[in-house]
Amino acid sequence: MWTFIQDQILGMKWLSALIGNLLTALGFDITGKIGGSIQFFIYDVIKIVVLLCTLIFVISYIQSYFPPERTKKILGRFHGITANIIAALLGTVTPFCSCSSIPLFIGFTGAGLPLGVTFSFLISSPMVDLGSLVLLMSVFGVKVAFCYVVLGLVIAVVGGMLIEKLHLENQVEEFIRNAKHIDIPQEELTVKDRFKYSAEQVAGTFKKVFPYILIGVGIGALIHNWIPQDLIIRFLGNGNPFGVILATIAGVPMYADIFGCIPIAEALLAKGAKLGVVLSFMMGVTTLSLPSMIMLKKAMKPKLLGIFIAICTVGIIIVGYFFNVLQYLLV
Amino acid sequence: MMNVKVLGGGCSKCETLLANTKEAIANAKIEAEVEYITDFAVIGSYGIMSMPALIVDEKIVSMGKVLKSSDIEKFLK
Repeated sequence: MWTFIQDQILGMKWLSALIGNLLTALGFDITGKIGGSIQFFIYDVIKIVVLLCTLIFVISYIQSYFPPERTKKILGRFHGITANIIAALLGTVTPFCSCSSIPLFIGFTGAGLPLGVTFSFLISSPMVDLGSLVLLMSVFGVKVAFCYVVLGLVIAVVGGMLIEKLHLENQVEEFIRNAKHIDIPQEELTVKDRFKYSAEQVAGTFKKVFPYILIGVGIGALIHNWIPQDLIIRFLGNGNPFGVILATIAGVPMYADIFGCIPIAEALLAKGAKLGVVLSFMMGVTTLSLPSMIMLKKAMKPKLLGIFIAICTVGIIIVGYFFNVLQYLLV
Repeated sequence: MMNVKVLGGGCSKCETLLANTKEAIANAKIEAEVEYITDFAVIGSYGIMSMPALIVDEKIVSMGKVLKSSDIEKFLK
């Protein structure tokens, strides 16, 4: 029963077969390179767009219950490691864009939240969200998706606590440390408001990430049908013990959406890349990017920014190797 | 004269809200001064945590949403 949901509903295997039949009827040879690439491209674009629209809608609806102002209040009630864990968890459901990271930083600091708790939130928010959970389920299966989320949360909690222990408060820019506590009254949302908000989020996200999906699926189709398998195994598979490190370092400065990464990851995995290599690349791409670093540089001094980047990078590499070791259990 | 502020970090969402706000002011045919605030120290002083935000005569009317120009017009009366 679960296999059926996995393959046919989340994975949409029927769609791939349907497109295959259509292409064959049109005279393409789908076992060949060109036909196979076209089938992969059409199937993956449709699948990801359908998943994206459904997911963003449901997620936005849930997120409308967790504006950052509410998250801030909830976090104020917890202390110690519990606060870090709750921050990492709330990071997955609070709506977030890189522009909001500094206002959030100011708001959290102004409310008296410890630096480490704020960082647990800032790490988990882009790395783990509900969207990546369902998307990963569709492509890699439940076990991998579950481990990805749990390990992402572990990086966020441990990273935040490390930053707390290092006492880096003086590394935060003056204007944030001096922030005052301001509470803005929250407007009550009706069900209709939440639906409207969710629909707008779907439209906005679709417009923003569609080009990334096309590029991602395009690269995926290339890998899927044109790049020789032994090449991938040699560099990203069993042949290369440093695959995870390479993938993480390549992924960190890149900016892309998780919806664009998935097709590349899927194709690489099918071609013999190790699971940990693929997932550490995805974590690197989604968690850190040059644009977000440039943004965060306005809020913190180079030392703290460096420590933040180092903690995330090392965490992702460790998780990558962990997945490599456990691959035979998960896939 | 009415004072309208668009707060944002410079991403595409914030830019869209700024453009929609200018459009709404033109459509409503009112005199208003539009400021685009990207200084985080100023943004922080309003206590807003979701970008982009819209402020009309120092009153916060929207946070974390890219409003359409027709929706913005309602706040300009």
